[in-house]
Amino acid sequence: MDVTVAVHKEGVLADVDAGRKPAAIPGLGRALRAEEMVINMGPQHPSTHGVLRLELIVDGEIVVDVVPHIGYLHRCFEKHCEHMSNYQQVVPYVDRLDYVAAMSNEFGYAIAVEKLLKIQVPERVEYIRVIMAEFSRIVSHLIALGTYGLDMGAFTPFLYCMRDREHVLDIIEETCGARLLYNYMWVGGLSHDVKPNFQDKTRAFCKYFRPKIAELNALLSYNKIFIERTAGVGILPPEVAINYGASGPVLRGSGVKWDLRKNDPYSIYNRFAFEIPVGKGIKGEVGDCWDRYMVRVHEMEQSVNIIEQAVEKLPAGDVQSAIPKRIRPEAGEVYVRTETPKGELGFYVVSDGTQSPYRVKVRPPCFVNLSTVPAICRGSMIADVVAILGSIDIVLGEIDR
Amino acid sequence: MKDVLLNLLHNEILVYSLMAIVPLVWVIPFALFAVWWERKISAHMQDRLGPMRTGWHGSTQTIADILKLIMKEDIIPTAADSKLFKLAPYVVFGGAYAAYAVVPFSAAYVGSEINVGLFYFISISSVVVVGLLMAGWASNNKWSLYGALRSAAQIVSYEIPVALAILAVVMVVGTFDLQAINRAQSGMLWNWFIFQKFPFLFFALIIYFTASLAEVNRTPFDIPEAESELVGGYHTEYAGMRFALLFLSEYSNMFAVSAIATTLFLGGWNSPFGNFLSGPWWGVFWFLSKGMAFIFVQMWLRWTLPRLRVDQLMYVGWKVLIPFSFVLILGVGVWMLAAH
Repeated sequence: MDVTVAVHKEGVLADVDAGRKPAAIPGLGRALRAEEMVINMGPQHPSTHGVLRLELIVDGEIVVDVVPHIGYLHRCFEKHCEHMSNYQQVVPYVDRLDYVAAMSNEFGYAIAVEKLLKIQVPERVEYIRVIMAEFSRIVSHLIALGTYGLDMGAFTPFLYCMRDREHVLDIIEETCGARLLYNYMWVGGLSHDVKPNFQDKTRAFCKYFRPKIAELNALLSYNKIFIERTAGVGILPPEVAINYGASGPVLRGSGVKWDLRKNDPYSIYNRFAFEIPVGKGIKGEVGDCWDRYMVRVHEMEQSVNIIEQAVEKLPAGDVQSAIPKRIRPEAGEVYVRTETPKGELGFYVVSDGTQSPYRVKVRPPCFVNLSTVPAICRGSMIADVVAILGSIDIVLGEIDR
Repeated sequence: MKDVLLNLLHNEILVYSLMAIVPLVWVIPFALFAVWWERKISAHMQDRLGPMRTGWHGSTQTIADILKLIMKEDIIPTAADSKLFKLAPYVVFGGAYAAYAVVPFSAAYVGSEINVGLFYFISISSVVVVGLLMAGWASNNKWSLYGALRSAAQIVSYEIPVALAILAVVMVVGTFDLQAINRAQSGMLWNWFIFQKFPFLFFALIIYFTASLAEVNRTPFDIPEAESELVGGYHTEYAGMRFALLFLSEYSNMFAVSAIATTLFLGGWNSPFGNFLSGPWWGVFWFLSKGMAFIFVQMWLRWTLPRLRVDQLMYVGWKVLIPFSFVLILGVGVWMLAAH
């Protein structure tokens, strides 16, 4: 593998240089004119994970530059929030940010408004929220890993991931009736309590799911071709990742041990024992696509750990704190950041003392992570752009808002 | 078969036309079946059911698909070179179908029993590349062009290991004639070339099969039409019946390379039990079942493996398969010298 990677890298650099300074062709007497080609990847392209457009400037198969164009899914989320008649009405909109992990978004927003209101939610709510957020993490990572397999041309792992995802969605559906956009974590509590068989079902899922991670590893993660395609490709050095403000698996894939659940604990995460997996460059170099992929695989294991601990300790109690139906937080501002499956999701909420928020600003992890793409794509091949983009795991709903 | 027909009809042109049509009688039902089969195989591998509504377990799904494709509008992009664009699918299918001229379906039937059959097969299968290049270039789409260029590079590179692996068999048997190769393997199972000069010809089969996957653009070498990179590769812009024709030639190509693998290594139409269950009709049965076994492996790989990158594909071709096939040829040669 080392040989291929080395050959590939040297070849790329040499070819890029050759494209810029055309050498005289012997016998022709003049330099052959070589031009770079602009090619649009997206917005209708199978592996841009939504309506992202990448403007690739290519020299044959080699990518000289990448310019991402976003905004195809812009729907004025932040402006809408200011015109909601109360804080509660923002929650369904928040769902539509990172729509594959809607619970995590609601979690962040709920914490932010509760901090603004200076209220404490019941213990039971905290536990259920953590379980749901970790469920969301598993669902999001399953989609990320499955579609990453698709990007690499492996079809079957995607369907296996979807099959496992279905089990989580069934539990969530039984709890709140929805499978994608939940509107479940309300300000001050939850929309519904969990069903009586929730704990049993969750335990059964954890038991079912662990061997499935091993199955995914056997089928995809340690597949020779998959490693060839991802290891040593799209290396994001730790300092670059930090400079760009990357977060989540993208940052941890580069070997930086930074997880808000540990580094800036919110809710009740400090009560659980879990590891923060980081990229170690086992198959290639630290910060390559395989590392980012593998961080997600390990994070799913850790999420199962957290769920198992939380479900055992789940206390009895109410799932709504006693707050008035129309809440009017005191004038002020708050910034809350939470660790969603994609990275650091921040909510900056400003209140002017009325029923609706004065300003809601979102710090989306995908948007920031996407900005690293041009930096790591230069000099790679077209197929690598697909690999890199897939390993960043973007959701356009959150980037465009 | 030719003599029988000549006695019956007394018209050479009619007889030759009939002989030429016979493979089509196989290729089209095969493609219809293989598309359905691939869907079912992939579905069952992926914990799904696949088509279930049209007929028993969706068995007439492909016919419905073909009807849909026939009825679709024939779209030619405004920017495309319409003459080339229209011609390309026929060239591709023509090349793919021409290969069947030397495929020995049975002891009694081969389209043309020429003494350079294998040579003809290798050369005629390259015609497909011309068609693919035409399709990619005429579409006037950058992604299609990428697909076409990749497939040209790929097929040209992988023809060398294919030819070398075939050469190993040719050295053993001493002829390019596919019927003669079949006859040389008659008898019991262990007379098949896969077990001869062990393990050299066994590895020749592996090299041939791997390289033939690249020749017919199947995973892990489906780089020319890499869905997640190039959208659809050279057939991105094709719709309706022209697309169906490209699809049909892909499937007929799949069977053609499997048929050659069957003939060269698995005894072709020979029964595995010597004279038991052998004869012209049993020959057809054995030949098609062995061919279908290869098709199954191709599908199995497709739904299991990821795809290589274009430079890795070249690496595998030039730095792995070609050196190894040279070693094989050397090994077979030394063995034959020693046996003298």
